[in-house]
Amino acid sequence: MKFKTFAAFVGPSIFMMILFIALPLVSVFVESFRNTYDLREQIEVETCTPGFLTQTCVTEVKNVPKLDEDGKTIKITEWTGLESYRNVLQMDKFWEAVKSGNFGDILQIDFWKALRFTLMFTLLTLPLVVGVGLIIALTVNNAARAIRGPVIFISLLPFIITPVIGSLSIYWLFVGDGILTSMMERWTGTNISMFAQSWTIEFLMYFYRVWHVAPFAFVIFYAGLQTVNMDTLESAVIDGANRFERLRYVIIPHLMPLIVFIALIHLMDCYRVFEEIIGFRSQAHVISLQWLTYDFLTPDDSGSRAISRASASAMLTMIGIVFLLILPLRRTWRDHKGGTH
Amino acid sequence: MSSTSRAMRQSFGLRFASGSFLVLWSIIAAFPIMWIAIMSFKSPVDAFADSPWQVIMGPATKAAGNGLSIIDIVLGLAVLFFTIRWAFTRLPGLIKTYAAGPFVALGWIVGAAAYAVVFLLVFFGLLPLILGPLNSVLGPLGEPVLGMTTQHYVSVWVENQFYRNFLNSMLVTAGVVLISLTVGTLAGYGLARSGSDLAFWLLIVALVFRALPHSVLVAGYLPWFINSAEILRPIFGDLSPTLYGQPWAVIAVLVAINQPFTIWMLRSFFQNIPAELDEAARVDGCSHFQAFRRVIMPVMWPGVITTGLFSFLLGYNDFLVTSLLLDAQNQTMVPAIAGYFNRETTTTDQVEAVAAAVSITAPLFLLVMVFQRQIVSGLTAGAVKG
Repeated sequence: MKFKTFAAFVGPSIFMMILFIALPLVSVFVESFRNTYDLREQIEVETCTPGFLTQTCVTEVKNVPKLDEDGKTIKITEWTGLESYRNVLQMDKFWEAVKSGNFGDILQIDFWKALRFTLMFTLLTLPLVVGVGLIIALTVNNAARAIRGPVIFISLLPFIITPVIGSLSIYWLFVGDGILTSMMERWTGTNISMFAQSWTIEFLMYFYRVWHVAPFAFVIFYAGLQTVNMDTLESAVIDGANRFERLRYVIIPHLMPLIVFIALIHLMDCYRVFEEIIGFRSQAHVISLQWLTYDFLTPDDSGSRAISRASASAMLTMIGIVFLLILPLRRTWRDHKGGTH
Repeated sequence: MSSTSRAMRQSFGLRFASGSFLVLWSIIAAFPIMWIAIMSFKSPVDAFADSPWQVIMGPATKAAGNGLSIIDIVLGLAVLFFTIRWAFTRLPGLIKTYAAGPFVALGWIVGAAAYAVVFLLVFFGLLPLILGPLNSVLGPLGEPVLGMTTQHYVSVWVENQFYRNFLNSMLVTAGVVLISLTVGTLAGYGLARSGSDLAFWLLIVALVFRALPHSVLVAGYLPWFINSAEILRPIFGDLSPTLYGQPWAVIAVLVAINQPFTIWMLRSFFQNIPAELDEAARVDGCSHFQAFRRVIMPVMWPGVITTGLFSFLLGYNDFLVTSLLLDAQNQTMVPAIAGYFNRETTTTDQVEAVAAAVSITAPLFLLVMVFQRQIVSGLTAGAVKG
């Protein structure tokens, strides 16, 4: 294919990606070093309310945006360097906590709290998703043909459901006197509230993510299982391999590329964990990196958005994903090199 | 199963264990969704009752005069049964006769929508009309036994104007699917047929873009979108649009976010189509583009449908981008439900949020039912090709 034809085919897609992915990234990078804010002034306002006999008047100082001739707020943009990063990372508090040995204090800072949760979430659910997906795939593969269709149908539901709605559907089972909470209360005889402390919420979030992604792993492993070489499997049986050994030495190596694929996709998707926080409403206890940026971008009470802090936290989030991807990308590059030479 | 050799046959214990695991998994997978569906048909007292039996039977709902008799249940289940059965037997036939060739996908969309509307009319319009008089004649069989009410759905869709959010969602989703596929098939084909290093690097960059958290990108758009009217003024004059709050701006953003995934997936589908096919077309005098349009696209429909399904899911399920880039008046369904839920004033609000959540899940349910095979094969194709 000539370069010109190639460019004509790929051009529109590249254009979209440059305009809506690459340029915003440049914008994020620039915004993270500067700060735009409304110029504000303090004015004295006297408010009077009718009282008995005389009026009661109160004078207060109000902080209002300064307006130009057109009646628009005056915006000021200034270069602040690493100020936003300092605001997000709060390194002084971080080092203080390290020096005094109170490592728990580090987790009081939003960014570190979010980083801790995001990484733990990604790494803890990864083996669970692969494991559960594999078990479902093996059992469905064992099952009679007639029930495979319905089981696949049911399994796809958690995967395809809107993530916010999926986490809400689990939230509703446990909230207040939710049906499962009251069941657990009856069993244990104690009063349980799942959403009052962070570890139970976190546990539910792990559960939700495995529930949501294991079907995806299952479908892919199931397809992989259909291509296992039966001859190899039978010769393993003749050699006296038991079921576990066959799984360990024949099936798992065969599925290895798929396991790597699942791990890669899971790494990317889990790193942007976000919907669980909305669904379980865990902002007060557990937050993730993506949620932190989202929170900066949401207008606060006065209607302004912390764009520059959001940009700083977005840049830090991005550095994280680059670290996570270095290994898989190097592997792909080596495969490509090996393939061409 | 007699074809499996003796050595491969499983012991009873193993079969039992794997069977029970499957049952357990099916329950875990389906229970939360099924349970909120039940809750959405009960009055708040029943929906949040702490005994499961009370939630299922709904005594308070029944006491309020919203009950189903045995006849209601039997007839309702019969209608449901035939709806589902005909969806798999008669509907495909009808669509095949009326829509041909490249219009099959469109035919499915129109057919499915019409089918859904007819079902809603029969189930919620015709059925109650027949059952009312029938119940009063039948005596004990016509007595209500199971509490059930559709009032939350009515208040969500009609009183709270949820249909606006629905229309917004449809607009955004349809835009995302159409543009993603048009741009994506071209790029996927180009990448699949070019073995150059440049194509490889483009794919790697796309992979990195796929990994980016969406909030990172939105942080880049927001300042530009909010100030877009002023930035675009020199070009468009006073008519320059504000991109913030515009569904079509969100479509563009979601398409861009979706592109990396789309081109990876479509590329793997195109690679499955032998290159000899377009070479033959080229020998016959087609240009690259003609070969693509006349020879390759007709055999690509399964791949396009699968990729379209995933684009649909991205547009339909998105919370982050739509909630940040659309204002409250113009919301799509998912952020609107989260908004409902956060109001949290009464339990009625909560049950309405549940009803809204269930109604946005229903199309997804249908989607899995109709396209299960495509979803499975699509996931697999993406995985095997990497």
